[in-house]
Amino acid sequence: MRYLPLSDEDRRQMLSVVGAKDIAALFQDVPADALDPGFDLPTHKSELEVERILGRMAAKNRTASAGPFFVGCGAYKHHVPATVDHIIQRSEFLTSYTPYQPEIAQGTLQYLFEFQTQVAALTGMEVANASMYDGSTACAEAALMARRVTRRSRVVLSGGLHPHYASVTRMSSELVGDEVVFAPFAPTGDADIEALIDETTSCVIVQNPDVFGNVRDLRPIARAAHEKGALLVAVVTETMSLGAVESPGAMGADIVVGEGQSIGNSLNFGGPYVGLFATREKFVRQMPGRLCGVTADTDGKRGFVLTLSTREQHIRRDKATSNICTNSGLCALAFTVHMTLLGEAGLRRVAALNHEAACKAADALSAVKGVDVLTSAYFNEFTLRLPSNAEAVVDRLAAADIIAGAPGGRLWPDEPQAENLLIVAATECTSDEDIASFAAALAGTI
Amino acid sequence: MTMNNQGRPTRGDATDATAETTTGNRALQIEESLIFEKDAYGETGVDFPAPTLTTNRLGGVERRGEIGLPGLSEPETMRHFVRLSQKNYAIDMGPFPLGSCTMKHNPRLNEKMARLPGFADIHPMQPEGSVQGALELIHVLSFWLKELTGMPAVAMSPKAGAHGELCGMMTIKAAIEARGESATRTRVLAPESAHGTNPATAAQCGFKVDNIPSDKTGRVDLAALKERLGPDVAGIMVTNPNTCGLFEREIRAIADAVHAAGGYFYCDGANFNAIGGKVRPGDLGVDAMHINLHKTFSTPHGGGGPGSGPTVLSAALAPFAPVPFIVEKDGRYRLIERRDAARTAGAEGELSFGRMTAFHGQMGMFVRALSYMLSHGKDGVAMAAEDAVLNANYVLARLKTEMTPAFEGYCMHEALFDDRFLADTGVETIDFAKAMIDEGYHPMTMYFPLVVHGAMLIEPTESESKAELDQFCDALLSLARRAKSGDVAAFKAAPRFAPRRRLDETAAARKPVLRWTPDAPLQAAE
Repeated sequence: MRYLPLSDEDRRQMLSVVGAKDIAALFQDVPADALDPGFDLPTHKSELEVERILGRMAAKNRTASAGPFFVGCGAYKHHVPATVDHIIQRSEFLTSYTPYQPEIAQGTLQYLFEFQTQVAALTGMEVANASMYDGSTACAEAALMARRVTRRSRVVLSGGLHPHYASVTRMSSELVGDEVVFAPFAPTGDADIEALIDETTSCVIVQNPDVFGNVRDLRPIARAAHEKGALLVAVVTETMSLGAVESPGAMGADIVVGEGQSIGNSLNFGGPYVGLFATREKFVRQMPGRLCGVTADTDGKRGFVLTLSTREQHIRRDKATSNICTNSGLCALAFTVHMTLLGEAGLRRVAALNHEAACKAADALSAVKGVDVLTSAYFNEFTLRLPSNAEAVVDRLAAADIIAGAPGGRLWPDEPQAENLLIVAATECTSDEDIASFAAALAGTI
Repeated sequence: MTMNNQGRPTRGDATDATAETTTGNRALQIEESLIFEKDAYGETGVDFPAPTLTTNRLGGVERRGEIGLPGLSEPETMRHFVRLSQKNYAIDMGPFPLGSCTMKHNPRLNEKMARLPGFADIHPMQPEGSVQGALELIHVLSFWLKELTGMPAVAMSPKAGAHGELCGMMTIKAAIEARGESATRTRVLAPESAHGTNPATAAQCGFKVDNIPSDKTGRVDLAALKERLGPDVAGIMVTNPNTCGLFEREIRAIADAVHAAGGYFYCDGANFNAIGGKVRPGDLGVDAMHINLHKTFSTPHGGGGPGSGPTVLSAALAPFAPVPFIVEKDGRYRLIERRDAARTAGAEGELSFGRMTAFHGQMGMFVRALSYMLSHGKDGVAMAAEDAVLNANYVLARLKTEMTPAFEGYCMHEALFDDRFLADTGVETIDFAKAMIDEGYHPMTMYFPLVVHGAMLIEPTESESKAELDQFCDALLSLARRAKSGDVAAFKAAPRFAPRRRLDETAAARKPVLRWTPDAPLQAAE
């Protein structure tokens, strides 16, 4: 077994030092009838064999790069520079642990500090943590944090919040006894979400751009929330949008959560991703997750440590702000490296390219007879209304090797209005030819 | 001085070196500023074509003002992060004996497999027919996890160990609700030795948490547990092998008592590496258990994530499990994302409580874990567990001449020591740990579990050779002897050779500085 360094001779010598007759003696506390039950599994395989098995499975999947591809809805196909993957595969980053011994983990700690600073700048907030599992779980944690901050127990969800985010958030809030209020399904934007906020509301959760692609000014919602003493939680599932759309912080959000996958991370069929979590300085002690801060060593040199850990489960146990332990360190590193390469100039430019691709796609698709573009203000994603069931159209287009977008029926199975909707995303990876093939195939399909 | 024929010295003179350099750098250790301090605003390290759009459709909410993000060219970026990397310890450099964390070798085959475009470059919302190989992979991995644990169902979506705990406890809560007992069953029991995530998870599910004391042997005190059981108990959370590195001998009696009281048994699977391929938790009465793919199945820890925590479930809990699930029929794989679909497909989750996360879980980790499992096979997984247990016992046996084991007898995959051997030396557990850094080792887990004074928890894993373990034990034995010889100052001064000396965590927490700002250049905190 290529991964196990002990030889049989080593094992014999070691057992003799241990004073055990055989390996079985070391498992003496296990109920005898439960030991070595026999498993219906194969025996070990060579690298070559494993590569063949997994390669065969991989080859059955249609990759986003293989042809026209227009799915977004919380995960986006972007180009990631080669440098990013090289750096995150360095042993010192890949095979290190949570920086519990800061003197020999300054590499991890410094990039986490850089990540926190980048996320705070992007979201327009004062502090950000060292990452969450992903955007949806960060969203759920934001609702729980708003509960702690306001000591209220009513959560209002926008009709434009990704339905999977809404599901995750509803589950975790209801577990602690909160009431969760859903604004109506709203493909063209919430009509009057402000009216749902009352004096018992802990927070209103609004996605921008929303799941349909609508970009909106959050300021009126922020004002309405603050008048009632509630917090505005802004959700960003496409971090690339922050290079073009005003930051939630500048529009009055109290907590900003996001999915950072777009920066530095592959699609990975849904994970691992990297959750962003940022807020105002005054709420920092109510934040979930790890925080990295500045300090000095005994020689007076600047260094970084995990800090405010008295919020965390390993110290506070059942009184912790969250049960979160692992974050998404390596994905946060990928984010930091990519964002360092982009810089402000690169981010603004790639964001503009995304917007441009989406505008071109919307124009081409709206020209298809029977297709309406429902979204007027958007970044790189918008919603179409088709004359028939969108899921069936997506399947037909997939047969023609065009991955057309996310059908409404899959996201809102219980919502009849969603059945004919198709959510379409375009990015810097989308070519004019991709758009032309999509429009032509769509015209031929419906 | 020896010279060659150009007058170039070929041998250095022995001199008294000072510790300080003019740059602050120390040879291969380069001091590195933050990217924000490099004055690279307006630069970029990525080339794009120029956008041609002259108007926009952003609805009047375009971003105004500077964002404040520096950009570095590619060579600057590479150098920055490589310099940072060189300030980290890593499993690829040497033993990383963090108890309860299972820092084992991370095979690079797994990295290669996870990066196949067929896995890395596919979207979670693509049509089912275009991702049949991905669904197949999750299905096969699910089979391995169910077979290794002897459990009938598994929820694949939890994103980390603590998230798997949450999944298990949410499932238990849903099952209790379905029995109409949610108003009465409000307590969860967990041993004092439990990971902090256990009580935090139970609290996050709205349960009240009660401690179960440990007995003299470091295991759950069964009599005390029975006293605390009652009709108000929803379940227990027990780690097995436990955080003292010991197998809970009375595990079946524990399970029976909890079941008799109408509760469920959640097993924290953090220490599954000790028994993988040897014992099935399903044979021991477990109702739910998360599996840390980043521990047992070697997906890299990555400096603190991403993890992955699939949660296996008993038949009683399976109907409440979170979506999605994958079902196979006639070689065709389907992704079940809602209750009614689960019902018609006969899959788990027909009474599903909902979703744990936006998509299907940590696919990148699934590929790595399956690559690990296929490489090991059932024989290799069992052998890994045996070697992990043998290595821990070897360390225990070798170190007990100078250090003090917390409990009698053999251990499982990790050896627990307390600080009695440091009594009256003036050296504390943290000093001992920091001295290990100077010797070239990552310290063991310290001050955990809480049931042992000054705990030092050593988990060598199966990845260490005997020669490496001998060097490691020799180093620790020397340190223990040095501590007892009265050389306190050396311990208090440690580490001396790391990129940083001991860092002031109190100052960091008193006035937290959590990001760089242009108007307040960061000095060392006072």
